[in-house]
Amino acid sequence: MAPTDAPATKSVTVSEAATTLLFIALATLAGFIASRAHTPAYAFHAALFALGSIIAVFALLKRYELRDVEAPAQFIDGRPNYNYGPIRFCALAALFWGVAGFAVGLYIALELAFPAFNLDLPWINFGRLRPLHTSAVIFAFGGNVLLATSFYVVQRTCRTRLAGEIAPWFVVLGYNFFILIAGTGYLLGVTRGHEYAEPEWYAILWLVVVWVVYLIVFLATLAKREEPHIYVANWFYLAFIVTVAVLVLGNNAEIPISVFSPKSVIVWAGVQDAMIQWWYGHNAVGFFLTAGFLGIMYYFVPKRAERPIYSYRLSIVHFWALIFLYIWAGPHHLHYTALPDWAQTLGMTFSIMLWMPSWGGMINGLMTLSGAWDRLRTDPVLRMLVVSVAFYGMSTFEGPLMSVKTVNALSHYTDWGIGHVHSGSLGWVGFVSFGALYCLIPWVFGRKLYSLKLVDWHFWIATIGIVFYISAMWVAGIMQGLMWRAYTPQGFLEYSFIETTDALHPEYVIRAAGGGLFLIGALIMVYNIYKTLRAPSAASATEFSPLPAPAQ
Amino acid sequence: MSDIARNTPTGGLQRRLETNSILLLLAILLLVSIGGIIEITPLFYLHNTIEKVEGVRPYSPLELSGYNIYVREGCYTCHSQMIRPLRDEVERYGHYSLAAESMYDHPFQWGSKRNGPDLARVGGRYSNDWHRDHLRDPRSVVPTSIMPGYPFLAQTPLDAAHIVEQMKTLRIVGVPYTDAQIDNAAADLSAQSAPDDPGAEAMRRRYPNAVVYDQAGKNGITEEDALIAYLQHLGVSVNFKLYDDKAAVNVR
Repeated sequence: MAPTDAPATKSVTVSEAATTLLFIALATLAGFIASRAHTPAYAFHAALFALGSIIAVFALLKRYELRDVEAPAQFIDGRPNYNYGPIRFCALAALFWGVAGFAVGLYIALELAFPAFNLDLPWINFGRLRPLHTSAVIFAFGGNVLLATSFYVVQRTCRTRLAGEIAPWFVVLGYNFFILIAGTGYLLGVTRGHEYAEPEWYAILWLVVVWVVYLIVFLATLAKREEPHIYVANWFYLAFIVTVAVLVLGNNAEIPISVFSPKSVIVWAGVQDAMIQWWYGHNAVGFFLTAGFLGIMYYFVPKRAERPIYSYRLSIVHFWALIFLYIWAGPHHLHYTALPDWAQTLGMTFSIMLWMPSWGGMINGLMTLSGAWDRLRTDPVLRMLVVSVAFYGMSTFEGPLMSVKTVNALSHYTDWGIGHVHSGSLGWVGFVSFGALYCLIPWVFGRKLYSLKLVDWHFWIATIGIVFYISAMWVAGIMQGLMWRAYTPQGFLEYSFIETTDALHPEYVIRAAGGGLFLIGALIMVYNIYKTLRAPSAASATEFSPLPAPAQ
Repeated sequence: MSDIARNTPTGGLQRRLETNSILLLLAILLLVSIGGIIEITPLFYLHNTIEKVEGVRPYSPLELSGYNIYVREGCYTCHSQMIRPLRDEVERYGHYSLAAESMYDHPFQWGSKRNGPDLARVGGRYSNDWHRDHLRDPRSVVPTSIMPGYPFLAQTPLDAAHIVEQMKTLRIVGVPYTDAQIDNAAADLSAQSAPDDPGAEAMRRRYPNAVVYDQAGKNGITEEDALIAYLQHLGVSVNFKLYDDKAAVNVR
């Protein structure tokens, strides 16, 4: 393993030296904080930061020892020398976190059906595990899929190597370290108490650093592109990166009560905090789970179908209308609350308008299949991608419907919301991610996918799981909503609260079964990918059909 | 088939945006800023956003400790604290929630899902003993409850060593804690958990409506005590009879 080339000519670059020094400083600081932490959980996290920094320093030294004298070439034989390392890592991390997140989801579904699963323990009660589930599937699974695909798509469509050498690795490893801190924090009771934004101030501080580097890497890669135009998928990725940064900063305006405490106090309170939280929360859906994954759709659907995007004009309208309208929709989470009426009405109006660009995007994705529909029979990966777009269309119809105040009066606080979220997240985000990973992993590892038959099994088992899940939640939600407002002929409330909970038991069991099927599908995928990676590398497989070729 | 974009040549603005990444970035930032600015900023200066009502006060140190536990355990994932002005909700839970009632909540705990009932007005609805039984084993009082048990709260001594730091930070962000409240935080904390404490009178003056914890012969304050003190304070601040003598308060 010793470098055979002349080490005398190898010199430390500025970025290598600076990164190493920064990590040494961080290790020292974290060690100091760990020694004075107010709580054991915080001491544990500070120690993790110190340990992670030390590992990073050693990794940097090892990397220096192993690397060539020259930085990797930008082009080899006139073709871009693409950087797939960080993409490989994220693609596999996505699988790991996906399975973990689905498993936790199944567990909390069982907790709701059978409360004995809580075991009366702090670390695994529903209140702590639910944030673990939501964060694991959205930010860990979804986030890694977005990192992997965005780094792939931006290189291929710009026909250039990813900018930076250490920076992309810092982004992917740093992001996964953030996940580790956030996830263990939930189990230990470290939380800000904002849905989908639970990580405490120090985790967010770290995330902000990682995210800024991500934005810089992405922009720098765009800047050195060999193509005159920026391909539409990259617009969506860029909107996702930038807007998520804005949202996180706005919703995390907080003051730690001490640097030695994990606890912080958010500057917003009550009604303003609620508005800002759902401005963040709905746009975490809009920009993380929608814009980012639409970037995936705009690259992988046409690639896999070997057809150009249906309409370039439609994608322009889709993009600008979607990002402009989405931001307004947050208040529909606060209908009939103490949020002023004008804000609720604005939120409802824009949510309904949002239906149009959403379906514009769906049509653009589906119509890309024009002339290739027959391939749905033979290519289960393409089928997964197309069904994801269909689920996207369904969820983005249901969403505007539920944002109408009178509908929301029934649906809010019930499992209808949970069903809606899961038709979007399992059907749209899950399937588009699986489809993209089934394409991406063979491409970046230079292997042929082990079995399309297993993809077929994955597709059908997961689809049946989703149908169980969302139908159970529709029934549960609408039933409970109606029971809450039911009156006897004498004018009394007909049901006590606990009676409405009792009625949900069968639906909760069916939901858990649906979630279990979805998890089984994911495990089949893991097996399929495992067998794919175990196969000997086939050089020709890098040119796996459909041939990845840049946009113009 | 190498081309996935049908490039209709577009002139003008779109062409400039998609050939310049910085312009594209700025255009995105501009477009996504508008909605947030219009919906959020007025909430800070429109006077009718938060009603003027009497009685809402900052949490006592014990209640604040309980609030921290409520947040820590993720109670908001199953319990809302926001009663909507709908007939069934007002009859089931009490007067609809006002913005003023959560004006000192950093963070707000309105919630979004009711796996269990709304808690906005649970204060005074049940006895301390009922809460204690219910937290330790929910099914001992509600046989088909799906709530997790929290027996460990009763066994965990309350760590309130840093509650003053939190109160001081809350004061920075606008919660009107007085100097007396901050100086006496430790005394008020123990006074609220022991009915015969000599400081109970002073504590009640500083925190009107505070429910004094009534369990005799205990050693030390537990997390359960703090959580119950918080729950007992939920929704009791505003006397709605002052504003509307037909207000549906405590109607069940």
